[in-house]
Amino acid sequence: MTATVLAEARDLAARYGGGPPAIEDVTFSARPGQRIALLGPNGGGKTTLFRVLLGELSPARGELDLAARVSTVPQTERSRLDYPVTALDVALMGTIAGLPWWRRPGRSERRTALEALAAVGLRAQADRSFGELSGGQRQRVLVARALVQDAGLLLLDEPFSGVDRPSADLLMDLIDRLAAEGRSVIVATHDVEQARSWDLVLCLNRRQVAFGPPEPTLTRSVLERTYAGAIVELPAGAGAGRGVLPAHHHARP
Amino acid sequence: MPAPDAVLATVWNALAGPWQDGTVLRALVEVALIGAVGGVLGCWIVLYGLSYGAESLAHALFPGLVAAALLGAPLLLGGAAGLVVAAVAVAAAGRIPRIGGDTAIAVVVTTMFGLGVLLALSPTSPPGVGGLLFGDVLGLSDADLLLGLGLAVLVLAALWLLHGRLLAVGFDRTSARSLGAAPAVVDTALLVMIALAILVAVQGLGNLLVVAVLIAPAATARLLARRVAPMMGLSAALAVAAGIAGLYLSYYANTAGGASIAGVMVALYLGVLAATSLRPRIVSGRG
Repeated sequence: MTATVLAEARDLAARYGGGPPAIEDVTFSARPGQRIALLGPNGGGKTTLFRVLLGELSPARGELDLAARVSTVPQTERSRLDYPVTALDVALMGTIAGLPWWRRPGRSERRTALEALAAVGLRAQADRSFGELSGGQRQRVLVARALVQDAGLLLLDEPFSGVDRPSADLLMDLIDRLAAEGRSVIVATHDVEQARSWDLVLCLNRRQVAFGPPEPTLTRSVLERTYAGAIVELPAGAGAGRGVLPAHHHARP
Repeated sequence: MPAPDAVLATVWNALAGPWQDGTVLRALVEVALIGAVGGVLGCWIVLYGLSYGAESLAHALFPGLVAAALLGAPLLLGGAAGLVVAAVAVAAAGRIPRIGGDTAIAVVVTTMFGLGVLLALSPTSPPGVGGLLFGDVLGLSDADLLLGLGLAVLVLAALWLLHGRLLAVGFDRTSARSLGAAPAVVDTALLVMIALAILVAVQGLGNLLVVAVLIAPAATARLLARRVAPMMGLSAALAVAAGIAGLYLSYYANTAGGASIAGVMVALYLGVLAATSLRPRIVSGRG
């Protein structure tokens, strides 16, 4: 990856139909190797920002420069678990965009998909039913699909929700590895404590509240503005925004 | 006790008996065409939850078929015209205040179907037109079969080309677009293929029973298969087998052809459903 900036947004705004802006004043950049946490309340515009980055929604204002292919890793609850597909079938879905419409995936696409499954540690589960895999494994299959798309920027939508601790650790390692390979990963999350271990945080509550490295950025004031005051302070909090969580979203055990 | 040779001869005569007749042989070809198209396409109808849509489509294009038959125009043209009229009517009915989308479809479909039945069963209509309603699998001409073959090849080729996109949209419609599969295009293509498959099957099975071949074999295969491709193969095989069994039933029990085929397909589904419900679950709590 030679580009120094994979994605850059300046004063970005987006709206649905003729409605009010769903997001505005969004200015950030994603460089190779950066893991970016996207924080914000439900309805705060995280999904809207993802849709703009994926090209599904045109910016109403501002500029967006993309120097890499963007892929989404959606929540696995959105896909149907009773659907008759294997992990390999799902990974192969990543080849559609790269093939002319009259061509079906062949041997080389199959090899790419199997390599991607190997990269996420699921080569042995290639022929297993997608619905039979655990939540964490399903999430990794969707990451493999994004790898098949040769994504430089991966958008993960709350990948840790409903995933047990060992699976979450595996997923965490995978995200670190993707970043180390020169990709950038934006993770929409409610877990403020986890966000502190990433490279950058982007706080969004209909408009951008803050963007920067976690330590100086995640102050109590920023978190209050991000979650519109709906935050709770843990008794063990060490001040300066530490131990502060959005209400209703508790840290994993 | 009869000699084994005599038993074999009796069985052979019973099996081969119906096919001595050119009419029944043509029915066999039609049943194979209907089974292949209905079985494969039916998998997408079942996976997309479009069973009600397929039935509505079949009934809505009925007056178009009847009008084409009365005017001597190609059925394809009539069916297409019927669909356009139905689509416009559904959109218009949906705009009437306090009528929801479902009600609009129900109102339009029953109106269209009623209109078609009125035309088809009118004493002044030629006798063949009534066959569009209940089907006449034993009354097909070579030209009917050729048209059916052409449409069947078209639908199967389109399904083969669109397979990956159909799979991606059915799996997760929201992220399909970012994978390069536009849900609106895929949905439209699927509806057009259902309409074409209805045209293939309507002459053999009739407008009332055409839905059986589009849904019953696929629903049966869904109970048994764990991947889409085997599900399609199984569904098509079941549809053709049920079609042939239906023809035998019709020949020996002297029952209506289309109804016998539909009956066997539904019985097959119920049998497999019962068998799979009784079987102890082998796969449990994995992953």
